[in-house]
Amino acid sequence: MSAQPRRATLDTALRAGLGLALITFAGVALAAPDLGQAEKQATNWTAITMFAVFVLGTLYITKWAAKRTRSAADFYTAGGGITGFQNGLAIAGDYMSAASFLGISAAVMTGGFDGLIYSIGFLVGWPVVTFLLAERLRNLGKFTFADVAAFRFAQTPVRVFAASGTLVVVAFYLIAQMVGAGQLIKLLFGLDYWMAVVIVGGLMMVYVLFGGMTATTWVQIIKAALLLAGASFMAFMVLYSFGFSPEAMFAKAVEVKTGIAVAAGKSPAEAAKQGFAIMGPGGFIKDPISAISFGMALMFGTAGLPHILMRFFTVPNAKEARKSVLWATTWIGYFYVLTFIIGFGAITFVLTNPQFLDAKGGLLGGGNMAAVHLANAVGGNVFLGFISAVAFATILAVVAGLTLSGASAVSHDLYATVIKKGKADGAAELKVSRVTTVVLGFVAVLLGIVFEKQNIAFMVSLAFAIAASANFPVLLMSVLWKGCTTRGAVVGGFLGLISSVLLTVVSPAVWEATLGHPAGSALFPYASPALFSMTIAFVSIWLFSILDNSARGKIDREGFLAQQVRSETGIGAALASSH
Amino acid sequence: MDDDLTTRIASDPRYQELKRKRTAFGLWLSLAMLVVYYGFILLVAFDKPFLATRIGTGVMTIGIPIGLGVIVFTILITGIYVRRANREYDALTEQVVQGALK
Repeated sequence: MSAQPRRATLDTALRAGLGLALITFAGVALAAPDLGQAEKQATNWTAITMFAVFVLGTLYITKWAAKRTRSAADFYTAGGGITGFQNGLAIAGDYMSAASFLGISAAVMTGGFDGLIYSIGFLVGWPVVTFLLAERLRNLGKFTFADVAAFRFAQTPVRVFAASGTLVVVAFYLIAQMVGAGQLIKLLFGLDYWMAVVIVGGLMMVYVLFGGMTATTWVQIIKAALLLAGASFMAFMVLYSFGFSPEAMFAKAVEVKTGIAVAAGKSPAEAAKQGFAIMGPGGFIKDPISAISFGMALMFGTAGLPHILMRFFTVPNAKEARKSVLWATTWIGYFYVLTFIIGFGAITFVLTNPQFLDAKGGLLGGGNMAAVHLANAVGGNVFLGFISAVAFATILAVVAGLTLSGASAVSHDLYATVIKKGKADGAAELKVSRVTTVVLGFVAVLLGIVFEKQNIAFMVSLAFAIAASANFPVLLMSVLWKGCTTRGAVVGGFLGLISSVLLTVVSPAVWEATLGHPAGSALFPYASPALFSMTIAFVSIWLFSILDNSARGKIDREGFLAQQVRSETGIGAALASSH
Repeated sequence: MDDDLTTRIASDPRYQELKRKRTAFGLWLSLAMLVVYYGFILLVAFDKPFLATRIGTGVMTIGIPIGLGVIVFTILITGIYVRRANREYDALTEQVVQGALK
């Protein structure tokens, strides 16, 4: 098809911003929040100054961390010396992206209750991580989740699989973050797109290269604390203005939405219905299959994200690993309650204020600006600068975690274990991680620039779907099922990986919304492949394991007892001081 | 870890108790989380009017406390596991480790 109509479709969707984009894409309104395209705003020096302060602070920490980053263990896991509380905050900092802050608050402003359904999906994976994986990961692993998945298996094939799963997830997640950063800097700082991509790529390289996991952890902790503090203040101000009555806040929001519908020419009855629609589920979930499949991708994807799993190796023991997920769940859950209040606050304070609206009644700068305009409304220009700087810092923290995880997959799984057969010396392995970090930094900048104009709405959900369909099944089965063998894990894992990618490509979000094929032509009608690709992965892991009569399969099954004893008791687990 | 130590721990009744209790508890709680979350999703998919039912005379609907309730439940159930693990499983693990290494 010609470029012209496709451009128009893109522009329409993008102008509508995230909330509407969620609802327009593919008829099933299920896609990850992304930051869409943004118009460049006036240069905001307050925000830039505050961001510069954040950067100086984190660079100072990186300098301090660099002195403590000597061995491979320091680089990958901060020497295992992070406490459960610190790690909980760092996990929250790794997980709460700019897209979830700006995107979910915008989705709540647009669709009310629907935004809440979305954020719940991002939270419910954490208990599963706690109950089934966190302690076992800590007891079995050293640096990467492949240490756990490959514990009793033939190293080469499982490591190759795990490194592929890691790099694919990291790549999609990274593209989404880089493009998000570029759009955000236009909106928040009024600078050019390419500057954001280069700043993020450069800083991320510095943090990871010199400070390794120690610097990455502290960048994530600081970012989480700033984001939680900023969002708490906004939610407090919103509630304060309604005398801490949620009923008053909701009533006003319904009134505002009704008024907007009346202004759009609706009859009073129709307008009242439309205004009240924010208080219940709307168009977000249309068919139950999509709803369940998407829910599975979010829930189990959380338990298969390599940069999150890696964080469990930074604490000294299983007890701290367990505590860190509880803290992470608490902070992330609290954060989603805040974004819900912020979204409703934005209906009252942003949608009614001509200062924040363009001629057509849309938000200045696009739909994702809900939280940013609200920051201005409740805290003035200085607080606006603060929130803008925090939103940008958020991307840095996520990107640093992703890079570190990608670099570890290359140096620890591929270089040290597959190529050097476990005989690499620490210094050489560390050097490979650092070279990989630099390469990933350049690749990320390049991808950020290449994908600038692309519709990347599907990328975060794709990353979750792959993590749920490839990494999670292999990890879970290798840890809990005695019968699992090398062959089953590798075949099942790769089938999950391939099927989740292929089904996403032929789903409406990519086939129609991104590749521009006509509506209704997508072969796979659902919003997320997880229900199907996870089934494919689990069934094939099981099938290829039970059919495996090889000598290797026998060794794999015999190794289960020793693995289980270590995973339950921690005897023989890598210690904080020595690992 | 050598085979001898593995066999010794594996045959320790306290180890078996630890393994059985913790795995069962973890699976039950995971099941509870699945039921609550997918129950919520199915409610959204099949009975939207129920969630949009007003409570009392204002605009507050039953969906809001249910939705926020799922968030609170997620945090609470994680807390319940961690509390029991800290009190019970850690002590049991300690006994198993002491027994095996002495």
